[in-house]
Amino acid sequence: MTDPLLLLQAAADTSRAYGEFPVIGARAFVWITAEVHLMFAAFVLGVPMFAVVTEAIGIFGGDERYDRLSKEFTRLLLVAYSATAIWGAMLVFGLSTLYPRFWAYLTTIFAPSMWLYAALFFVESFTLYLYYYGWDRWKKGRAKLGHWTLGILLNVWGTIVMFIANAWLTYMMSPPRDITPTTDPTTIKLWHAIANATWMPINVHRVIANVVFGGAIVGAYASYRFLAARTEEERAHYDWMGYVGNFIAMSALIVLPFAGYWLGREIYQYDQSMGITMMGGFMSWLWVIQAFLIAVLFLTGNYYLWIGMGRIPGAERFRPYTKYLLIVLVLGAIVWGTPHTMIADSKELAAMGGSHHPFLGALGVMSAKNTAVNLMILTTFLSFLLYRRANTRPVVPWARAGTIIQGAMFAVAAGVVLFYGIRGYFVEAIVRIGFSVYQVLAVLSCIVFVTVIDILMARGAQSLGAIRWGRMPPRSQYALFILAVTFTWLMGLMGFARSGIRQYWHVWQVMQDTSKYAATPALGYASKMISLCVLIFLSLVAFVFWLGGLAEKSTFVATAEGEKGARHVGH
Amino acid sequence: MSSPLRPAIRRYAEHPFWQAVGILLLAYIVVVGVVPILPGSAIVPKSVVLQYMITVLVGVLIYVSDNEERWRQFKEPIQAVLVEPRLKVVRAVVVAGVTALVGLVAYGQVKTTVAAPPNLRSIHPAPPAEITFRGKTITLTGLENPLRRYPDSLPSYLAEGKRVYYQNCLPCHGDHLDGQGHFAPGFNPLPANFQDNGTIAQLTESFVFWRVAKGGPGLPREGTPWNSAMPVWEDFLTEREIWSVILFLYEQTGWTPRTWEKSVSGEK
Repeated sequence: MTDPLLLLQAAADTSRAYGEFPVIGARAFVWITAEVHLMFAAFVLGVPMFAVVTEAIGIFGGDERYDRLSKEFTRLLLVAYSATAIWGAMLVFGLSTLYPRFWAYLTTIFAPSMWLYAALFFVESFTLYLYYYGWDRWKKGRAKLGHWTLGILLNVWGTIVMFIANAWLTYMMSPPRDITPTTDPTTIKLWHAIANATWMPINVHRVIANVVFGGAIVGAYASYRFLAARTEEERAHYDWMGYVGNFIAMSALIVLPFAGYWLGREIYQYDQSMGITMMGGFMSWLWVIQAFLIAVLFLTGNYYLWIGMGRIPGAERFRPYTKYLLIVLVLGAIVWGTPHTMIADSKELAAMGGSHHPFLGALGVMSAKNTAVNLMILTTFLSFLLYRRANTRPVVPWARAGTIIQGAMFAVAAGVVLFYGIRGYFVEAIVRIGFSVYQVLAVLSCIVFVTVIDILMARGAQSLGAIRWGRMPPRSQYALFILAVTFTWLMGLMGFARSGIRQYWHVWQVMQDTSKYAATPALGYASKMISLCVLIFLSLVAFVFWLGGLAEKSTFVATAEGEKGARHVGH
Repeated sequence: MSSPLRPAIRRYAEHPFWQAVGILLLAYIVVVGVVPILPGSAIVPKSVVLQYMITVLVGVLIYVSDNEERWRQFKEPIQAVLVEPRLKVVRAVVVAGVTALVGLVAYGQVKTTVAAPPNLRSIHPAPPAEITFRGKTITLTGLENPLRRYPDSLPSYLAEGKRVYYQNCLPCHGDHLDGQGHFAPGFNPLPANFQDNGTIAQLTESFVFWRVAKGGPGLPREGTPWNSAMPVWEDFLTEREIWSVILFLYEQTGWTPRTWEKSVSGEK
């Protein structure tokens, strides 16, 4: 991009290219509406995934509690859908009145996809109405399967809608290389613009993240109802619901870093300077905060499981080991959060000989961080395994051999992760990057094979007693709150990182932002804006929860089924 | 040690509250006292000490509260100090101690010092895809040191690089290429330490070329202020001299430059 072209572009801006919004300014308005819209969108995409999975468990597992749980959440979706649409409309009005030149450019390229988007949103809404209002009508037999199919369709429409919107924002980030500032937007083929370098990685990352988010919001809802519960039975129901939400959130969280890594790699491949700005440049501090927040997620998720062992007969066998898991997690969090470039005063800088610490600096590079996160994932998986097994004793004749094989798989996976982590320090960068693939493969293989063995081993297992649902201290429920708040904050934070690396471009190196808000905001300002968005979203979600309780009684029915609760998801 | 003391010590060692205190103290001693005395190490910046201690504190709180019995035991001494009449003196000392600590921290925060405030700066500026060097356009993406194409001439290039380094770079980057030149103490940020595994070891030669050629004024718009005192060397050195000095840097430090990733089609 040469300077004369930029000058031409700036000169063209004498026509009305930007509008102004009172008090908070155009950028802040678009920022807030886009972020809150996205959070609600994640809510209405994540929760149906949750609902359809739990409904399936209800149908095929024969446990009606799951069916009621699924319905309770679909009810919340009705209000959340309108909130999503309202915030979406505000965003579109904001873009078209405050950034008209940019919006005109985007609509010129993407118009047909926008029509399809609107049509699908319509179809999606009506599928939701059918899904919710038909719940009690299509309750049995084939009709129930048809109802479940509606739930699947709801997810299909929602996912396509998200993929379309992802195309617009990823085009802004990574337009195909043959598109330049002089390219007439009417000549750009729609599919060419959609299938840009970061479209599919973002699609995958967001699908998984929505599952995590849906589970976390369900967990927060359950904890709110648990703390407000008046009877033991109600408490038991919401304790169980919180567990299911947390289980789904943490299971999906385990694979989320791999999808994020793929996205990061694609950004580097597309434009090295964009990648460096994101990971090593002025956005790098966000990754230190992100590391800290993800460590909070891992620690809190595990904490919830460990407290939960208190209500499982037989869990005493495993409790002595949780402290070792905690040590690995804390050490992992320390390594993961160690910055490569440290904040130091001049005396400390002089002592270190620069802003890299001569000893701890070794923990600030990717080899150490990949090793730490992979070991944290393995540890969290082990926590789940212990929790899952807590109230059962396997009876299959090969149980001992199976456990030994599982242990060996953990040892091999941890060994592979450590080996490549250490070896990474002694090879050049290009080889080191490839090592992370081996580390990920080792961890994923371990998770898959150990789970398969565990499922086979659990066949006909002897029960050591029913789980005492509801026997949880309030602090365990605050842990679920922390998870939901942290996930929401992380979404805002990393969304800013992804969007902010475009810097002063509406469309990277194609259309420059020539407004007075072109400068990338300082991190302090950004974190305040993100916190504000999180606050707005969570306040509205609290309102939705309250409405959910106001409209009708919870789907919880106080019956003897509450006593049945010895089952786990996945058993 | 007399024998009646042993059970008392054991009681403390097994009590979750004192275990928590012990772990925190131990962690602090390791981070502040042990890490700096390890070979080749240095003091740990306060920001990192704080970060580590918060992480350990979270871990300790999880440990003491993930089990009902342990949580009850952990709270016992705290509750006792707060309410039991027999511990009036201890309570007074704790209240005075906490107040004094808060006062000290506040004083430390507002006290004026001569030191410049800590700087939250990024160390990896993003390079442009191409630059102009004395009017000639050079594409940095995929670029390797052109002098490496002539292995027979490498000794002469290295000799030239050495001359260039000692004539121009030595005052800041030092005789050992460790950023400890005799001008170094006057700069903030300090000149780059090439021996460190976090500088040229992580970079492609084209990145280093861009940094040498364009210096501090050529740093990108984002992440400012950079405050770099690095001169714009394209005004004083030729293209070949810069590539030669880059060869010299890698040869002297023993690092290998970062290489470019090849795409599926085999292009760089």
